[in-house]
Amino acid sequence: MSYLEYKVQTVPTGLRKILYVNWALVLLLAAVSSVGFLMLFSVAGGDLSRWAEPQMKRFALGICVMLAIGMAPIWFWRSMAVPAYLFGLVLLIAVELFGEVGMGAQRWIDLKFMRLQPSELMKISLVMVLAAYYDWLSMERVSRPFWVIVPVVLTLIPTALVLKQPDLGTAILLVAGGGIVMFCAGVSWWYFIAVAAGAGALVYTVFASRGTDWQLIKDYQFRRIDTFLDPSTDPLGAGYHITQSKIALGSGGWTGKGFMQGTQSRLNFLPEKHTDFIFTTLAEEFGFIGGFSLLALYGLIIFFCVVSAVQNKDRFGSLVTLGVAATLFLFFAVNMSMVMGLAPVVGVPLPLVSYGGSAMLVLLAAFGLVQSAHIHRPRSR
Amino acid sequence: MKRVQKEAEEASQLVTRRGVILGGMQLGFMGILGLRMRQMQVEEAESYRLLAEENRVNVRLIAPSRGIIYDRHGVAIAQNAQNYRVIIVREDAGDVDETIAKVLRLIPIDENDLERSLKEMNRRSPFVPVTLADQLRWEDIAEIAVNAPVLPGITPDVGLSREYPLGADFAHIVGYVGPVSDYDLSKIEDPDPLLQIPKFQIGKIGVETKLEADLRGRAGTRRIEVNAGGRVMRELGRVDQTPGRDMQLTIDHGLQNYAQARLADESAGSVVIDVETGELLAMASAPSFDPNLFVRGISSKDYNGLRENTYKPLFNKTVQGLYPPGSTFKMMTGLAALRAGVMGPGETVYCPGHMSLGGRRFHCWKRGGHGWMDLDDAITQSCDVYFYEAAQRVGVDRLAELCREFGLGERFDLPLSAVREGIVPSTKWKAQVRGERWNPGETLNTAIGQGDVLASPLQLAVMTARIATGKVVMPRLVKSINGVEVPSEEAASLNVSSNLMSMIRRSMYNVSNGRRGTARRSRIVTEGFEMAGKTGTSQVRNITTAERARGVTRNDQLPWNRRDHGLFVAFAPFDKPKYAIATIVEHGGGGSSAAAPPSRDILLYALYGDVPPLEAYPSDQRERIRTQHEEMVLRRRLTPGKKASRA
Repeated sequence: MSYLEYKVQTVPTGLRKILYVNWALVLLLAAVSSVGFLMLFSVAGGDLSRWAEPQMKRFALGICVMLAIGMAPIWFWRSMAVPAYLFGLVLLIAVELFGEVGMGAQRWIDLKFMRLQPSELMKISLVMVLAAYYDWLSMERVSRPFWVIVPVVLTLIPTALVLKQPDLGTAILLVAGGGIVMFCAGVSWWYFIAVAAGAGALVYTVFASRGTDWQLIKDYQFRRIDTFLDPSTDPLGAGYHITQSKIALGSGGWTGKGFMQGTQSRLNFLPEKHTDFIFTTLAEEFGFIGGFSLLALYGLIIFFCVVSAVQNKDRFGSLVTLGVAATLFLFFAVNMSMVMGLAPVVGVPLPLVSYGGSAMLVLLAAFGLVQSAHIHRPRSR
Repeated sequence: MKRVQKEAEEASQLVTRRGVILGGMQLGFMGILGLRMRQMQVEEAESYRLLAEENRVNVRLIAPSRGIIYDRHGVAIAQNAQNYRVIIVREDAGDVDETIAKVLRLIPIDENDLERSLKEMNRRSPFVPVTLADQLRWEDIAEIAVNAPVLPGITPDVGLSREYPLGADFAHIVGYVGPVSDYDLSKIEDPDPLLQIPKFQIGKIGVETKLEADLRGRAGTRRIEVNAGGRVMRELGRVDQTPGRDMQLTIDHGLQNYAQARLADESAGSVVIDVETGELLAMASAPSFDPNLFVRGISSKDYNGLRENTYKPLFNKTVQGLYPPGSTFKMMTGLAALRAGVMGPGETVYCPGHMSLGGRRFHCWKRGGHGWMDLDDAITQSCDVYFYEAAQRVGVDRLAELCREFGLGERFDLPLSAVREGIVPSTKWKAQVRGERWNPGETLNTAIGQGDVLASPLQLAVMTARIATGKVVMPRLVKSINGVEVPSEEAASLNVSSNLMSMIRRSMYNVSNGRRGTARRSRIVTEGFEMAGKTGTSQVRNITTAERARGVTRNDQLPWNRRDHGLFVAFAPFDKPKYAIATIVEHGGGGSSAAAPPSRDILLYALYGDVPPLEAYPSDQRERIRTQHEEMVLRRRLTPGKKASRA
């Protein structure tokens, strides 16, 4: 199935493309990021230069990157899918060999002006390569076992490399992201049911392996699960984060304690309050209204992406759009579940809000693909 | 074309359907998140708000006090001193520069320290307390405390800091502690939470690092109440820390001090060992350095000074230094030949001043030759040719076997950094390490402790102790842990006949007491304390045939680093051996002139338990020894301090 079968003439060209950018999406992204600037300003204790300012600069750069990517035609990006995937794999292997060790895990390559996390890049490359794969694959083959194994392998190779770093959070996101693209492409429901059953069995095996000499995951990972299941077992150790985070969130109430008035954040009960736990500060200082507004903003982004994908007759374009939206969704869903005590602490940032260089840039670049798909979607005469 | 079109339509519809389903599921999950948020923030808000109110309780770690290290008499070598310091919290300090300027008007802070603190402050989060100045006097702290109201974010504090009251004497044995570095953290899996405390001190070298697990102890916790500003209001409860375990070493601080002082001007190492128990009484490595400098963080100027010093003060010569043992090795060659029966006990060898082998000439140190020599003459006068002959007969492999029984080539299990095993060459060793065949000429070099043989002063001391007792004495450094004696095993006997051993001991007695002995000038005259020893001089350069023809250049005409190493091994008293010693003076010239005199002095101190009286020395040397003692800077022998020095 190729794009060229459509009437290319109806696609906008040249500077006219700017008119066809999905501006609502741009506005929503800017709104979410602005919430981030505000919170970064607050957790730095009213210090703009500490986190908020670098974040703003990166956002400005990211928006430019997004528009630039959006201007390039979507069929160009489809042709880039396989090279991007291979490049991502090479970087993941490179980080294994030459990467710097930080926070107990080997995750980034130092490019002097920024630290590149290849696993961030991989999330997008994986969506691209799977979308291109299904764009190429004919309909009747989609659910055939062999043609299902190929995308599974494409997903598991980078997942294995990321797990080795070790970065459990990103590994989960990669598998879920890959699965979602496969689901959207129309792979039979039975596969997903089978995988869910298999995952249940695997979880059981992992727990059965505990304490034996073939133990499958590290002790600290077991402890994280323990404290997730029952934070009170270790209120001063690992459970401390979850307990404190929940207290901060709950004590925010309906309207919150006011900007820069959060006692939990001020008194340093919160861990990593500028990165993974930034949502708790928001919820503490702006209450349910603040927290729910951010959730609604994310919801609108997802909504606009789904609408754009549904209107798009190009399979690659709509799959990429859905994949990128799913990536964003997975990020904030896992992060929010974590701070609300619905999921174990796995170290996933709140997208566009948490302080962090490559995550924001890569995500905005991914929305560039969404824009490109939106601008260059085939239109009926 | 039509079919393709139709399929595309189908595919697009499928993607649309699935996309809508996915969007619905995502929306559903967001709904759950929203409900959860509502539940926590609206319905349960009141209870969480109460928790947040109560949440003024903070938990802090209490660092355990590190185990104290004592010498054999209970004198503290490493202890914990109260460290008065000033701490700054950037977040609370307001205008940091202005606050620091105010502090500087009250107390002096070293510029380098200040710069380091500022750097650390910028690296860490604004709420992390950073030490602004430490090792302050009580008056300074009082000054800060009085002015606290105008110094926001500044708090006086008292902590424990490692202190080495005996300074440079124990730098190489005990080592020092320093703040945990990222490098240290990267080496440890699942690190102790204590290591996350900024500037927490851990052992970096020596006993401090080798016995880190025992010395560190376990952290306690302190529950404290803080007010809305984050200031500590009161303590609610605590779980006490478990202090680290105290270590008592076998070293005698007085002897160690004397040995360091006696070798102070040289680049030298000396080890004193109890021949019966194997307890190490002194391990002096000169020059040394002050470990306290490292605890506080040494300036790069001082550090480079230590690193670039040609006498290598950072290098522990007693276990890390490997030297050709020279003639101190000859007892091994003699014992090997006599044990194997290839050389009779009274058999003589003629020394014409050299021996020829395979077209090469191997010289004796005495150009004119010694004439007819038996074992006793050969050891007393250190004749090389006798041992060339002995080694050739017994062969290098049997020689190596004997050396290993005497502790050469063995890495002793001591809690010290960089203990090395040295080299005992053999045909197997050469095949394995160099991949070459053994060359017969090398046997002759090995016979006189040159060539590839390398030993540390510790190994030579153990060798001498084993000669003195005929037993497999094992060196040990830790006497007791937390007051519980570390058990030692009864030493087994060596597989050498006692006749042979007493012959060798008698010859060593003659070295330092006989009329022609090479160390006669360094004898001990006190009755019952007589010393038996052996000198050694090991070359660090090759003497060419041309130079030999011209006449070998004398040591004092060579640059320092080309001069011979001087070695001496000895035990005393001869009749009832108590202590053994091995000394190396790097590039000191001959063993009899450079290494024997300090060895004798140190052994005498060990025997008398204090600075030896002049009567112990030959009458013609007493005047010189008196001035030598007057010029030496010694520490007074200390009595065991109160154990209450731990706070």
